[in-house]
Amino acid sequence: MRKVAIIGIGQTPVAEHWEKSLLLLAGEAVFAALSDANTPTVDALYVGNMLSGLLERQEHIGAWIADWVGLRGIEAFKVEAACASGAAAFRMGVMAVASGEINSAVVMGAEKMTDSHPDDTTAALATAADADYEVIHGLSFISLNALIMRRYLHEYGWQHADFAPFSINSHTNALSNPNARLHIPLNKEKYIKAPMVSDPINLMDSSAIGDGAAAVVIVPAEMLRGQQPIISVIGSGAATDTLAVHDRREPLWLSAAEKSAKQAYRQAGVGPKDLDLFELHDAFSIMAALSLEASGFAERGQGPRLGLEGEILIGGRIPITTRGGLKARGHPVGATGMYQIVEVVQQLRGQADGTQVAGAKIGMAQNIGGSGATILTHILESS
Amino acid sequence: MSTEKFSQTAYQQQLGEGKLMASHCPACDASYLPPRPMCPQCFGAQMEWREMPTRGKLAAFTVVHIAPTAMIEAGYGRDNPYCSGIVELKNGLKLSAQITGVDVSQPESIKIGSSVQAEFVSRGENDDMRAFLIFKVIV
Ligand SMILES: [Zn+2]
Repeated sequence: MRKVAIIGIGQTPVAEHWEKSLLLLAGEAVFAALSDANTPTVDALYVGNMLSGLLERQEHIGAWIADWVGLRGIEAFKVEAACASGAAAFRMGVMAVASGEINSAVVMGAEKMTDSHPDDTTAALATAADADYEVIHGLSFISLNALIMRRYLHEYGWQHADFAPFSINSHTNALSNPNARLHIPLNKEKYIKAPMVSDPINLMDSSAIGDGAAAVVIVPAEMLRGQQPIISVIGSGAATDTLAVHDRREPLWLSAAEKSAKQAYRQAGVGPKDLDLFELHDAFSIMAALSLEASGFAERGQGPRLGLEGEILIGGRIPITTRGGLKARGHPVGATGMYQIVEVVQQLRGQADGTQVAGAKIGMAQNIGGSGATILTHILESS
Repeated sequence: MSTEKFSQTAYQQQLGEGKLMASHCPACDASYLPPRPMCPQCFGAQMEWREMPTRGKLAAFTVVHIAPTAMIEAGYGRDNPYCSGIVELKNGLKLSAQITGVDVSQPESIKIGSSVQAEFVSRGENDDMRAFLIFKVIV
């Protein structure tokens, strides 16, 4: 297998882009990535997206976007794995280039959510859960996370307020990210008093949905001989679990996160202590804790401690959500995984203005689909 | 034995008759909800229906203030929150369900571990009529 390098990145702000269609957003991100890579064309396009069929009544968006960006004729597919669609597309692209079958590709995520009625968006997001055995019983995507959080508080004895540092960190980091959805400082009092959504999860535990697209250009690293620095993908892992939370033997353990992280660590030959930053999937504050635990940064039930002790801040032991995370950069579901990859590249290039992790060499991204049924972990290195 | 026997429709129909039925693999002595026509442990297809206990305890619950579409249509939402949760049946099997008998303004009045009893209800009209399983907290 060939080592794969990332030579270009592009992103649109995450926002309510009422004036821009899915196609316009996708095009913006692709053009930015191609221009950043200084290349006019690629051999293939892989696009992560979850909701185009449900909300836009448009499928077949691989060919649709390829034509729009002037790449008519190339291989192009949509990859879907709920909120993990972005990282799933990335893994498809990385494997295609690593295998030798494809010599260059654009991998992107694109999502358009805010044109639809909020009820339709909620219903569409719920399709990530089990329709017949979870959703008809009144469980939305949010309430499934609420069940997990309730059980977590019960088993490990944490208070809701102990999760505040996760949301505050994401909001603080987003202040320096011009592409973030929210530029609103958050403190503990505002966190505690936020309106309830599905108890114990309130509005300040929950990520902000939005429209957006993010893209990268990948090529075999061997093409870049002599250039420096090279940012390459040194680990990629993917795993699954049951769709329904109630079917899991251990509902408080993200087994797919553990499996995919171990797979990525093994490939990369690194461990949690070697990482300079971790873009994790804080769709809800509870997911930040579970992701840190399953990826080897905290013992079971001890994730909140890393927040309370400041270890997740820039300059801490393991900085997370350095550009705002899902909470504040925003969560354009199928695009989120690609925003994470773009942000890790920014950090490794030293371009994370305002929240740069000093001397960052190795960064990880973890993208979660549904309430943990699909999880992908990627490790990037600058050398 | 035809595999269609263990369909979602058959499960629903039995709920309508007031029975919570799972498919059971005699070889592994394991029960499955949703009912599966094939055992994912031994790949055996000699499944049989088995009636599940209707008593259990709460494994997790949440009071939902921002409701999904189906629940808004059923009259719930911001002004009328409801409770849903995961129930662990007497035999250890878990499933999701709406939880009734809860003062939603005081969710702390129930606890993980509270006892619950199944109730079989139907919602919708005519062709859209559908049997539901809900669980009521027993005080
Ligand atoms: Zn069996």
